[in-house]
Amino acid sequence: MSQFDITKLPQGPKGFVHDLGSDQRVFKGVPWGKAMMWIFLLSDTFIFSCFLISLMTARASTVVPWPNASEVFGLTVFGTSVPLLLIAIMTFVLITSSGTMAIAVKFGYEKRRKLCAWFLLATAIGGLTFVGMQAFEWSKLIFHDGVRPWANPFGAPQFGSFFFMVTGFHGTHVSIGVIFLFIFARKTFRGDFDTGRKGYFTSMKSDYEAIEILGLYWHFVDLVWVFIFAFFYLW
Amino acid sequence: MEQNKKQEVHTHKIGIYLWIWGLLFVFSFFSYMVDYMEFQGLLRWSLIVFFMLTKAGLIMAIFMHLYWERWAIVNVLLWPMTLIGVFIAIMVSESYYTFFTRLFYFVAGS
Repeated sequence: MSQFDITKLPQGPKGFVHDLGSDQRVFKGVPWGKAMMWIFLLSDTFIFSCFLISLMTARASTVVPWPNASEVFGLTVFGTSVPLLLIAIMTFVLITSSGTMAIAVKFGYEKRRKLCAWFLLATAIGGLTFVGMQAFEWSKLIFHDGVRPWANPFGAPQFGSFFFMVTGFHGTHVSIGVIFLFIFARKTFRGDFDTGRKGYFTSMKSDYEAIEILGLYWHFVDLVWVFIFAFFYLW
Repeated sequence: MEQNKKQEVHTHKIGIYLWIWGLLFVFSFFSYMVDYMEFQGLLRWSLIVFFMLTKAGLIMAIFMHLYWERWAIVNVLLWPMTLIGVFIAIMVSESYYTFFTRLFYFVAGS
């Protein structure tokens, strides 16, 4: 593949100038799939930024009081109401699945197939737990509190549409990630990345780099949740 | 041969991931406490943003391996993301203007 030793190229700002001016591929040492995933994630960043910025615009320009997320998403446990309890648990679950994903990528590159697959499976189950809790949260808001995209009993009507749009779009990302995590866990258990078995859809051989690329996507989902947690639930 | 070279580039000790995992837990707990302790105003907002950016930085640098990537790809990713700040600034002033006109025409005018 690459004819040069990447560790001998200049590093830091000098490396930046060198790579851009090399009249070759710019992203040296980055497989094309990883570069494409990063560019996709960059564009996804813009989509989520647009959602969160329009949330800010709606909230800053409304003359009606904005619902207090701390109360809306509070849960009553043993008679005492705890603010944002479910959201906090969801945050910890997603961070944990991000941690297991990072470890799965590490074991993948070390070719410890079984361990890698088990950690991928753990990540998938963490993601599934997150989606499950989100489904619970949605059904509570829809059926119990009567929140709709156009109206809700707590305050500004835009609250509902932003809630469903932002958390729905993020939940879709998590669900897609979970599906791919299960597929990749199966592929890893079967040893596809060691035997060079061709993918069902892509008809291409793959290697453990694929797990890092999936990992980038999964960490990004966690990253977006950090911003949603801050701007939608805490602000 | 190439596989061996890749191994040197990519794998790190498991400890670093566990550390970052722990730190993310701690920072998430702190940002939850901001709400639980009912901090308000500038203190609340600055704490939320601080914990948010710290967590985002840790995830991107360590979990997504950006700290070990070459500057070419790091810069291509981070500069467009930084420009989102300009968009936020524009929309803040826009939303204040909308708020003002709504107060002026809806509330004062009714």
